[in-house]
Amino acid sequence: MAALEDEFTLSSGVLSAGPDGLLGVEQSNKTDQFLVTDRGRTVVLYKVSDQKPLGSWSVKQGQLITCSAVCNFQTGEYVVVHDNKVLRIWNNEDVNLDKVFKATLSAEVHKIHSVRGTEPVLLFKEGAVRGLEALLAEPQQEIEAVLSDGEVIRWTKLFMVFRHPVLIFITEKHGNYFVYVHMVNSHTLSKYTLLRGQEEKSVIQSFTASVDRKFISVMSLSSDGCVYETLIPVYPTDPEENQRVVSSLLLRAVVSGSAPSGVALTVLDRDHVAVLGSPLSASKECLSVWNIKFQTLQTSKELPQGTSGQLWYYGENLLMLHGQSLTVIPYKCEVSSLAGALGKLKHSHDPGIQVMPPFVNWEASQGDGLGSQHAEQPRRILRRRKIEVSSQPAVPPSKQLLTTIMKDSEKHIEMELRKFLAVKTPDFHAIVGDLVTGLLGRCQVEPSFCPRNCLVQLIQTHVLSYSLCPGLMEMAVKKTDVQLLQLCLQRFPDIPESVTCACLKIFLSIGDDSLHQAEIDMESVFDYGDSVQGDNVAAPVDVLQNGFSPEGDTCLSCCQEVPAKPQDAAAATPTCPVTPQRAALLNAILHSGYSEAFLLPHLKDIPAQHITCSENATMTLPGIHPPTLNQILDWICLLLDANFTVVVMIPEAKRLLISLYKFVKSQISVYSELNKIEVSFRELQKLNQEKNNRGLYSIEVLELF
Amino acid sequence: MGEFKVHRVRFFNYVPSGIRCVAYNNQSNRLAVSRTDGTVEIYNLSANYFQEKFFPGHESRATEALCWTEGQRLFSAGLNGEIVEYDLQALNVKYAMDAFGGPIWSMTASPSGSQLLVGCEDGSVKLFQITPDKIQFERNFDRQKSRILSLSWHPSGTHIAAGSIDYISVFDVKSGSAIHKMIVDRQYMGVSKRKCIVWGVAFLSDGTVISVDSAGKVQFWDSATGTLVKSHPIANADVLSIAVADQEDSFVVGTAEGTVFHFQLVSVTSNSSEKQWVRTKPFQHHTHDVRTVAHSPTALISGGTDTHLVIRPLMEKVEVKNYDAALRKITFPHRCLISCSKKRQLLLFQFAHHLELWRLGSTVATGKNGDILPLSKNADHLLHLKTKGPENIICSCISSCGSWIAYSTASRFFLYRLNYEHDNISLKRVSKMPAFLRSALQILFSEDSKKLFVASNQGSLHVIQLLEGSFKHLHAFQPQSGTVEAMCLLAVSPDGNWLAASGTSAGVHVYNVKQLKLHCTVPAYNFPVTALAIAPNTNNLVIAHSDQQVFEYSIPDKQYTEWSRAVQKQGFHHLWLQRDTPITHIGFHSKRPMHILLHDAYMFCIIDKSLPLPNDKTLLYNPLPPTSESDVVRRRTAHAFKISKIYKPLLFMELLDEGTLVAVERPLDDIIAQLPPPIKKKKFGT
Repeated sequence: MAALEDEFTLSSGVLSAGPDGLLGVEQSNKTDQFLVTDRGRTVVLYKVSDQKPLGSWSVKQGQLITCSAVCNFQTGEYVVVHDNKVLRIWNNEDVNLDKVFKATLSAEVHKIHSVRGTEPVLLFKEGAVRGLEALLAEPQQEIEAVLSDGEVIRWTKLFMVFRHPVLIFITEKHGNYFVYVHMVNSHTLSKYTLLRGQEEKSVIQSFTASVDRKFISVMSLSSDGCVYETLIPVYPTDPEENQRVVSSLLLRAVVSGSAPSGVALTVLDRDHVAVLGSPLSASKECLSVWNIKFQTLQTSKELPQGTSGQLWYYGENLLMLHGQSLTVIPYKCEVSSLAGALGKLKHSHDPGIQVMPPFVNWEASQGDGLGSQHAEQPRRILRRRKIEVSSQPAVPPSKQLLTTIMKDSEKHIEMELRKFLAVKTPDFHAIVGDLVTGLLGRCQVEPSFCPRNCLVQLIQTHVLSYSLCPGLMEMAVKKTDVQLLQLCLQRFPDIPESVTCACLKIFLSIGDDSLHQAEIDMESVFDYGDSVQGDNVAAPVDVLQNGFSPEGDTCLSCCQEVPAKPQDAAAATPTCPVTPQRAALLNAILHSGYSEAFLLPHLKDIPAQHITCSENATMTLPGIHPPTLNQILDWICLLLDANFTVVVMIPEAKRLLISLYKFVKSQISVYSELNKIEVSFRELQKLNQEKNNRGLYSIEVLELF
Repeated sequence: MGEFKVHRVRFFNYVPSGIRCVAYNNQSNRLAVSRTDGTVEIYNLSANYFQEKFFPGHESRATEALCWTEGQRLFSAGLNGEIVEYDLQALNVKYAMDAFGGPIWSMTASPSGSQLLVGCEDGSVKLFQITPDKIQFERNFDRQKSRILSLSWHPSGTHIAAGSIDYISVFDVKSGSAIHKMIVDRQYMGVSKRKCIVWGVAFLSDGTVISVDSAGKVQFWDSATGTLVKSHPIANADVLSIAVADQEDSFVVGTAEGTVFHFQLVSVTSNSSEKQWVRTKPFQHHTHDVRTVAHSPTALISGGTDTHLVIRPLMEKVEVKNYDAALRKITFPHRCLISCSKKRQLLLFQFAHHLELWRLGSTVATGKNGDILPLSKNADHLLHLKTKGPENIICSCISSCGSWIAYSTASRFFLYRLNYEHDNISLKRVSKMPAFLRSALQILFSEDSKKLFVASNQGSLHVIQLLEGSFKHLHAFQPQSGTVEAMCLLAVSPDGNWLAASGTSAGVHVYNVKQLKLHCTVPAYNFPVTALAIAPNTNNLVIAHSDQQVFEYSIPDKQYTEWSRAVQKQGFHHLWLQRDTPITHIGFHSKRPMHILLHDAYMFCIIDKSLPLPNDKTLLYNPLPPTSESDVVRRRTAHAFKISKIYKPLLFMELLDEGTLVAVERPLDDIIAQLPPPIKKKKFGT
């Protein structure tokens, strides 16, 4: 649960916080130290744990600091700009800012940004971006103007995306907002126009952003009190074009728009945002933490002395100006089991899985984010659709795409397809089907053409089914493309049993080497895959035992019946005879739907040596999405039914049959015990009911024997 | 055996008071327990944990501390500022003495048992010298800022530790000055409480002071330097009590969450001589605050707001692994709070400050075993009689005809005459009770309601003749010269000729009421008497003892009966002897002289003396009715003890007439429902 802890104040003696608040609070190179710059002449270095300043520097009387001081994480020096153009660099030992390094620039600086892992980046008021080192090499270099006249920078932020600094800044001109994404290293700049829907009339009061692999999520707090989210791709598809991005409502009415000192918004983590402002119901200002996933208010704290409408979040501390003093509120968000459970629930939306398996490995799916990352996949796809491609073609996009499919190169098709999928079209189902048939058609004509990525993308739209594109799986079977087959098995609701069987055959017969190369979704054997690298298979056994424990019982009976065979007991602990890749594939088969009557004849065709292998495998495949016990047992039964005579004959199958027999026996004994005590339970229940019915006074009949 | 209509009564709204203090006396193996209403009870741990004595409570005498001193004298101190000594022979308060320090929060006896130390509201610690017949104020120690909530002597008697609010003081006994002041941290798990109350301290012989406080900590201090040595945060709520074993190798603390923690001094490694205190065992026998704990050599004793006295034997200290090693939970008093008028079918309930008179309902229906019969008339609450004054009721009785009610407090005796006119009842107090009838430990009416027997706390027994609206004192049986032991159990024969009386230790005396002289004395037995009654016609006296033995003594013959000898020869069934609540009432069937009805809190039993006794191989208690068994089998397995465990906890059971029983139950759930809510604990994480 997200929680705000007790606040504490940093001594404010040295600061002169004006009515507009502070110029900025930036992180220093030590974790709990912050550089606080006021709107006058002073920079103070605070240590939060000590609640007191470590150092303070001022510029001369008459000078004015114009952008907040930052720490250069690579050198440990501090950088500040005063009087718009004068750059100062100093370190902890320096006392007087007048005597430290000085560089006068040719253009006015808007802000210096510094994050860990890169040099500080300067953003000029005209929109140009320079790294500090490049600038210091030639301070008087010419700075180009990027922004048009009257365009003012409203908000900026620097991110590290895959170790590359990306600067995003938002400008405003005549009530229109523009988003610029500047890749600092490659100097590519892309501009987006921020399209605002129904909230056009309101004024955006605060921005915040977080980066999520490929997208920057910009959140804005409007004067109508709502939070909107805009997704902007980090790597623009077409850097030259002016694209448009649409903002969508994320949270409704979190604050009243008419706060005297403004409102502020900051992203805390993937699910939480902090909002500073006065809530609709109260007049006092409040810091509140909202869960954007569930749209709930998690916690809030009143700030009766008023704030400057500024909020910073570094590490685990929220900093703000409360009254005249700088206040720190630590924020903690511990993983709660409810969130974990809800995160897991998303899995059940995947087709092909009807119920949660009874023996879920809670530790594996809760603690680390791997499961939930996967869960987000569909959401991201949905959001991607919100980005509108600005060039509106005259022909319907699907037609256009079909023609590209027939002619263009694989790369181009892929790109076009991505654009197409991002836009919602009315006849989506049919068009996707057409596209697949188109792709397959070209495949047949041109054997070298293999649009795998496109197909994967199309399958993942969740709208395809086997009957919509019957050729797809046939082609995959022909090419023994196990990854595609697995995807199909997971996504398609209507695979004929013959194809399922064909898949099974492929999965069992394919060589381990080619399996290693294939990119297989290992989620269903996630747990197993982890442990298989260490010692062979030890952990998964426990997981299975949550559902049933044939091992324990067989061990016991082994010991009782054949005391002379110690190696038997060792053999009773099942080890998975197949690689995790193959196990994942087999799990996909187990999860797929089938009808016994139709499946049985096809199963008879499976070669004998594969049967034992598959049966052994089915018993030992745990993971996040392990098949249910019933699914496993049904498959084992079917396999045995289909190939009973063969299985009985093969010597390798003997042990398997024995263990199966023991398992069934133990199950029967458990059930018979349960049956025996059922009567007692019923009696107990009856007794309980009687006890509750009794009043304060009764006359009863008692007979003593 | 027979079929009964059982009036199953659950409207006796009795709630025991919470336990405030326990004090264990090693020499006599007795445990003194004080409750929040001021009642003090003495349990004899050697006699099967029987509650053998009690001192009635008093509204203003809220006991905060209880201690034994030399010569097994018992003192209590409370919020009225008085130190009280109890007379364990006469069962009354010997004297009460004001300590002049405001409410007293703590008291402890010196290791030698000759001095008494009290900690008062005004921050003073006062030392009293114990003289043979009184206590004498000796001097004050250095006065502290706030109330002294806990005290502990160093075993050598040279120093004491005193727990107050936010700090612990260490005093030098000789000079009376505080030599150290140890400040207790208010913070706990980041939460700063307003105050940290030191609820308990314990001074060990090596100079270590152990403190328990309201912030949930158990802390070890070095009294020589006044420094904190170790801190064990053990609870989110207050730790309220601490008790150390005499060997100082283990101690026990109780928390407001109902948990009792056992700490033991164990070696750091298996062979090293270096030892450290380790929290070894948590026990959760309580639902509410554990206000007090005691540490006997073999058991941990705890009590608190949930009114249970829990005795948890330490398995490693118990030599013989027998039934004594089992956990004991004592909830109900070991005496009868209910009397009944058989003729009018009335029940008189005794509460701490009032009496309630109820008339049982009736039914015309019949049924088979286990049926609940439809009521033609429900039970009526006839009378609610409040006592005057602050004292608790000691005993009460209603006569068999229902016309007389008598009760007594520690200083006054009340007798009422009841008149029944159709549905109305009128109550008239009989005034002018004689001076010697100031206080009674037990009251009994004769079967014909003509005589009243009163056991006074001076050891004498008074026989009073009741007339219409007045009375006449007939005789007083004086105790044998030299003894002052009070009689607390009385029984009269239905023909009114014989009166049996028993004290706590000496034998049962039988008096001839006609001739007004002592008839005989039943030989003394090691264990106290828990119940006694005289059978009709045969005048056999049936005595139950706390070790679960039952004797039958023929009064006319002045000897044990044949049946009793046979029982003693064969011995009781082992399961019978392992019951852990005493028999509190004995009754008889007027038409079936061979039957004796006995009950404890968890069963009732009708002994049919005509049937063979069970041996250890037979099934003592068989709840199931014989179904398909033939008569022969039934006869072969039938034995004298017919036990039923249907009604529990059973506070009273009596035969009203041949086919009617009345059973008064007090379900624990109903008691819990009337207690304050316990501290809420999270069962699951968020």
